[in-house]
Amino acid sequence: MATITLDSVRKVYAGNVEAVKGVSIDIQDGEFIVLVGPSGCGKSTLLRMVAGLEDITTGEVKIGERVVNNVDPADRDIAMVFQNYALYPHMSVYNNLAYGLKNRGMAKGEIDRRVKEAARILEIGEYLDRKPRALSGGQRQRVAMGRAIVREPAAFLFDEPLSNLDAKLRVQMRVEIKRLQKSLGTTSVYVTHDQLEAMTLADRLVVLNKGNIEQIGAPIEVYDRPASTFVASFIGSPAMNLLPVSANGSGLQLEGGEGLSGPNTYGRDKYTVGIRPEHLRVVDAGSSHPDAGLSLDLVVNVLEPVGAESFVYASFAKGGPEMVIRVSNHARYQPGEKLQLIADAQDVHFFDGGNGKRI
Amino acid sequence: MKRIKFSDHVILLAGVFFMVAPVALAFLTSTHDAVTIYKSGMQFTFGDQFLQNYETVLTRAGGFTKEVDGLVMLKNSLILGLGFAIGKIIISMLAAYAIVYFRFPFASLCFWVIFCTLLLPLEVRILPSYEIVQGLGMVNTYSGLIVPLIASATGTFFFRQFFLSVPDELLEAARIDGAGPWKFFIDILVPLSKTMIAAIFIIMFVYGWNQYLWPTLITTEESLFTLVRGIKQIMQVWIGAQIPDFNEAMALAILAMLPPVVIVVIFQSWFIKGLVESDK
Ligand SMILES: Nc1ncnc2c1ncn2[C@@H]1O[C@H](COP(=O)(O)OP(=O)(O)O)[C@@H](O)[C@H]1O
Ligand SMILES: [Mg+2]
Repeated sequence: MATITLDSVRKVYAGNVEAVKGVSIDIQDGEFIVLVGPSGCGKSTLLRMVAGLEDITTGEVKIGERVVNNVDPADRDIAMVFQNYALYPHMSVYNNLAYGLKNRGMAKGEIDRRVKEAARILEIGEYLDRKPRALSGGQRQRVAMGRAIVREPAAFLFDEPLSNLDAKLRVQMRVEIKRLQKSLGTTSVYVTHDQLEAMTLADRLVVLNKGNIEQIGAPIEVYDRPASTFVASFIGSPAMNLLPVSANGSGLQLEGGEGLSGPNTYGRDKYTVGIRPEHLRVVDAGSSHPDAGLSLDLVVNVLEPVGAESFVYASFAKGGPEMVIRVSNHARYQPGEKLQLIADAQDVHFFDGGNGKRI
Repeated sequence: MKRIKFSDHVILLAGVFFMVAPVALAFLTSTHDAVTIYKSGMQFTFGDQFLQNYETVLTRAGGFTKEVDGLVMLKNSLILGLGFAIGKIIISMLAAYAIVYFRFPFASLCFWVIFCTLLLPLEVRILPSYEIVQGLGMVNTYSGLIVPLIASATGTFFFRQFFLSVPDELLEAARIDGAGPWKFFIDILVPLSKTMIAAIFIIMFVYGWNQYLWPTLITTEESLFTLVRGIKQIMQVWIGAQIPDFNEAMALAILAMLPPVVIVVIFQSWFIKGLVESDK
């Protein structure tokens, strides 16, 4: 168990590719941190610097009280789970788990105890004699987890460990990883590009974009108060509706479209207005809602039922971005139908029109 | 699937015939006495001299010095074949390991230099090689016979391609598991290369076994002669004096064929296992 501290960590690859641009995070003991961001944003690079698999260009990584910049991966007291599992193909499951312990010169009895214990927790006891190739994807994933657990490390590092599993298994393993992490209480850093996985696993999310941190916070915090348009559009599915607008007298003017009723009291020329699909409510056409944060008149394009709920895709009469609205699964809107929608003031997000930061 | 036709069998049988007939003929001929062969050529029947011929070939000391018999030559050939194959595998695996996994100056240049030597067979560099071996006083030694031959561009190339196909994560997992460069090589890379090693071993053993020119240059002492040389020797020594011992030459040729066949048969099952099971 340990804290992990990243202080202005930068990574510049050969050819002047700056993959990570000065990232600082304080990870608490026992915390489950998820690094999330689109592909290529530097998540893996950051994780690999913590693991010691990649040199740190500048900055400092501390595990516990120790600066580990120049410490070998094996001596950092971490364990890593890889996307493709990286099991040793020629070794039995037992030896896959035991290999790292043997290399540390641990006594046979202790190795055996730990391997059996991990196998019990992960329910892979009956496969201990098999080679990885004789296992299914989910079982391999468990073995990879087992290899991390037996080490009883200060921290677990996960690099997209569920990406190679099918959807159903992914959900199942996600729950299991969370449960396991909580019961072991081991500090964990988990990398994923899947925002749903990130939301469900994290104690705190770190949203990365092009090597920079966009936001750090509890999943709900990040969801409710995204720090930028990037976070707003990345976290949540379907994504938050973002409307580029400019100040217009006392109201707002949708770019390439109509005027909107809404506040423009932040003293800027350009804004981005954000509303989550579930915060738009359909109201009777022509009714008046003076205290609503935003009121929109839209035309239905398509209704998309997904089971428990449905999504309406609709556009403005005069152009502008297509909007998504979450509605009850009983709603029966027809294409071409006109809808009036309102959102409460506290559900309307305002971002700077230039740098996209929350106002 | 297409039905197998009669003509397919004919073609296959013809193929088998062309492959096997010379060997069978050599074997049958080796069971007769020299006089019969001299009078009526290659024999198509099983003669009565089988045991006698093979015993003679294996145990009678021949040559000028009368200190080399078939068994000694067989031993020499085995030493050359095994030393050649094992040496080549060790050297080329280590070379490929360095090239793929270590960053050192001019690594890729090194590789291409090694690769280019593929274009230069032994025969091209045989005189300088001889000069060096002779200078080092290694003429008429097993090491002189083997060592100069084991640097192998072919082996290095195959192992390099194989190592490149091993996923990087395996190395990283091993690093986190506390395996240093040597442990990673021994515990992970070598076992993973098993089928590759088997394949190269077969090829190199047969190649080493069949070496003729190099042993002829390096070994002048008959106690170091290999089987392949010995066959020639039998013919040379007796020619002129009396009837050439064709029967014994044939018997020796058959004997010379056996070990490579055995090696291929043994390692073939590995080979096929490696092709069928995907390991990575
Ligand atoms: N070994 C490398 N050499 C050069 N550039 C690299 C290397 N590894 C990653 N990069 C670059 O660094 C950036 C971040 O990569 P990565 O951390 O793998 O992203 P992610 O895991 O978020 O998808 C990418 O632009 C990638 O092209
Ligand atoms: Mg990645």
